[in-house]
Amino acid sequence: MIQALFQEKLHVLNVGLSSFADSITRAGGSVLQIEWAPPAQGQQEVGRALARLVNLLSVETANQTAFDAYQSAQPVLKGVGTAGQVLPNITERMILHSGPPIAWKEMCGPMKGAIVGAILYEGWAENLARAEAMASSGDITFEPCHHHNAVGPMAGIISPSMPVWMVTNTTNGHQAFCNFNEGLGKALRFGANGPDVITRLKWMGQVLAPALRASIELLGGIDLKPMMAQALHMGDEVHNRNAAASSLFLKRLISALLKTRTSAADIAAVVEFIAGNDHFFLNLSMAACKAMTDAAHGVPGSSMVTAMARNGVEFGIRVSGTGSRWFTAPAPVVDGLFFPGYSTADAAPDLGDSAITETAGVGGFAMAASPAIVKFVGGTPQDAIDNTMAMTHITVGRNNAFTLPALNFAGSPAGIDIRKVVDTGIQPIINTGIAHREAGVGQIGAGITRAPLACFTQAVSALAKLVSAT
Amino acid sequence: MARATKIIRNFYRDSVSLMQLSSTITKLPGVEQASAIMASPNNVTLLVEAGLLAKPVEAGANDLLIALQGNAEALESALTAAESALKQPSPSSTGNEQSRGMSPRSIEMGLGNLIGANLVLISTPGEYAAAEAFKALGLGLNVMLFSDNIEIKDEIALKRFAQERDLIVMGPDCGTAIINGIPLAFANVVRRGVIGVVAASGTGLQQVTCLVDRWGSGISQAIGTGGHDLHRDVGGMSMLQGLKALAADPSTSVIVLISKPPSPEVASKVLGVASGAGKPVVVNFLGADPDQVRRGNIYPAATLEDAAAAAAALANGQPPEARRASVPPFSITPLAPQQRYVRGLYSGGTFCYEASLILKKELGQINSNTPVEPGDRLSDVWTSQKHTVIDLGDDLFTRGRPHPMIDHRLRNERLIKEASDPEVAVILLDVVLGYGSHPDPAAEMVPAIQKARDLATKAGRHLAIMGFVCGTAADPQNLSRQETAFREVGVTLAESNAQAVRMAASMVLEAGAVGGRL
Repeated sequence: MIQALFQEKLHVLNVGLSSFADSITRAGGSVLQIEWAPPAQGQQEVGRALARLVNLLSVETANQTAFDAYQSAQPVLKGVGTAGQVLPNITERMILHSGPPIAWKEMCGPMKGAIVGAILYEGWAENLARAEAMASSGDITFEPCHHHNAVGPMAGIISPSMPVWMVTNTTNGHQAFCNFNEGLGKALRFGANGPDVITRLKWMGQVLAPALRASIELLGGIDLKPMMAQALHMGDEVHNRNAAASSLFLKRLISALLKTRTSAADIAAVVEFIAGNDHFFLNLSMAACKAMTDAAHGVPGSSMVTAMARNGVEFGIRVSGTGSRWFTAPAPVVDGLFFPGYSTADAAPDLGDSAITETAGVGGFAMAASPAIVKFVGGTPQDAIDNTMAMTHITVGRNNAFTLPALNFAGSPAGIDIRKVVDTGIQPIINTGIAHREAGVGQIGAGITRAPLACFTQAVSALAKLVSAT
Repeated sequence: MARATKIIRNFYRDSVSLMQLSSTITKLPGVEQASAIMASPNNVTLLVEAGLLAKPVEAGANDLLIALQGNAEALESALTAAESALKQPSPSSTGNEQSRGMSPRSIEMGLGNLIGANLVLISTPGEYAAAEAFKALGLGLNVMLFSDNIEIKDEIALKRFAQERDLIVMGPDCGTAIINGIPLAFANVVRRGVIGVVAASGTGLQQVTCLVDRWGSGISQAIGTGGHDLHRDVGGMSMLQGLKALAADPSTSVIVLISKPPSPEVASKVLGVASGAGKPVVVNFLGADPDQVRRGNIYPAATLEDAAAAAAALANGQPPEARRASVPPFSITPLAPQQRYVRGLYSGGTFCYEASLILKKELGQINSNTPVEPGDRLSDVWTSQKHTVIDLGDDLFTRGRPHPMIDHRLRNERLIKEASDPEVAVILLDVVLGYGSHPDPAAEMVPAIQKARDLATKAGRHLAIMGFVCGTAADPQNLSRQETAFREVGVTLAESNAQAVRMAASMVLEAGAVGGRL
């Protein structure tokens, strides 16, 4: 009742002229100035659509359902498979890539280079020139990893005979997949496709994959969520820093690995390979995150983001309540620190499916857990905490499983709400590596980028239409 | 001695948190021993050895295990307490960490930083304002919508949306309100009291509340509705809500309603609710026939001043006529024969309209940019014709320029122009104080008034400058200081607009009579 207002102390939120707030303060009133700017980059129709969605019961309920499904997901590493055999809807001459859909001729350098490498790896062509001709001939189908329950870092290339991690959300039985991490330097995911790259990929398929498959079988699966939670307490944010998680994984793996029929030489090579790559766990983190966010997907009315992915040209998001549709905008250039000899001019635009980690409430969202990475991306530990805190304003809730010591063990902010992003203008933060714009040079730096607002404004419009239609 | 255990699967917590939790549970009544741990085989063995577990449990290192020993009846509630403590966000995630964070970027975000928020004051550009208002209402907050240029269909939709949620939208284009003693937007600092006001006019609300304050009474609530609320299509939704709220408010004993005359169906709805208010209601429908309004507990008031006077009298238990408004004594300036006209230069739209109404009765046709009679519209708003009153707050004048209550330049220029016109006898001015208005209007206007006077004197004329200051002693600009400054440059001041207008009319009529005798 309005007369109830007369019985309470007046507390005013002031949107607009700040002098009104000053007056209320001087008159002894309680007021808070909102740092207001036209939402949705000033697109009035989106702003109005958004207004009707704010605190709308059906959306709130849907988000709670989606968030609960995300939160209760239990991603367990169940095994190692071959992409062509285990990924849903994959066909013989299909290559998967990161980000939203994109045609060959539109692809960025690293993605093209990686595709050519994959063709060579598959043996579909015998040299670079023929592989390139094949890629542009239309004989090969290119589809996003996300369309096959999979994710891949950087170029995210998965071809049929590549080994993939098989992660199952034991809560709902759904699977998620990710390719293997090759290590730093010249790697397929950065578009490198020389003989050394192909040789390593072959070794990964022929030696690494069987050894890991056998080990995981012996272990009966590995719970990934607690491992990620533990790594967050050890300075990882399990996107751009996976040093602790990779160690924890190897520690868990090693006794089982020794019990497999793998030869001593191969065991040594496998251990050396994993121990030599601080990013080894990234692809497991990504598969786990994909399993968690997929659990939240497909709740009608939900404004929770279930995927953020980049193909080096476009940044795309998917939202729980808007089905399989991608909302895209040009991929931003990453603000970061570069390895000696490189600069922004060399950088490919934002690339890779690894922003699935931020979508799942880790990575940049859990930056407070990872003071070590902050310096790498240019900042102080306080900045890391501030970044995580900023994300609390655009998320549905906190992930109780991912607690952050620097925030007195508060849960990591999780479940990006497109409404809150558009209303506040706070863009989701992403910790990421930077690839060279030319194929095969590799990683040239790392930094922080932000999901483009335009993806979220489009999603708000689309969701509003769906919600008002019901 | 009984035992109880609880396993929370895949729920990781660090050991320090778990030790803290264990110690908290151990302190609960009836609990002898307690431990919360991650159920690794080693930890489980320790618990068995400690007697907390009879035998190893089916759990792993990723599962959180709570084990208790104590009185059977106490254990279940202790387990529940432990579990809810685990699932609760840590203290830092609710309070302290927020305060260090970024300033709020949205209404929803602001709600997290201002506990108990109950009203949103919106003054964004009009094209975004309706959306912000919808958000506020959706979040369960009342709205004061200062912004203008909002389509009537949006106003209707907003007010319906608000009514469904038992919230109020004051506005759009609501310039002023006083809620729980707090002045909002352009409002004056008035004494609190028993008179509640609902007004579709911002300056009307300011005039009534300031006069009530000047005469020793006070205001319980002053609710603005925006100028279109009593439009037929809007149907007076906000005024009706405000009226009902004040009728139910035990701190309000007299209600004042202010508006231009509403359409007959809206008027009858408003008066119908007013007659059931159970307390006196003073109604000032500017220019309406008092007999159409008068009934039972409803007292018509012809002017804003009459409304304030009636309310103040009723608040003191006196009949509404106890305070009679009359023209204060003033000296007649000797005028030249051709000085025949009144020129009102107003910053307040309702003051201008009220001046037209009063002057029309006394002097006949009154030209204006906002005329009472459509036929009296000035063809060129920049040039006065005969008796003219101008609302300088009209959109025509404020495009790309601050409102004349904040920026006096345009009015000062017009003042000089009118003073140069040999046919002008009286210039009428309003001065509005309060929050939002210029911090020192006298300082801005006095030099222009001086200059206007000098111009007339040099041309051999005496120019009468009359007006009133709408404000209170507690306003930041201070009423008496402002009045003194204007009097010092020879401005004849009344207490109210109605009185100032009547003075101006008398001046023209009487000086004209004097002039006729010469």
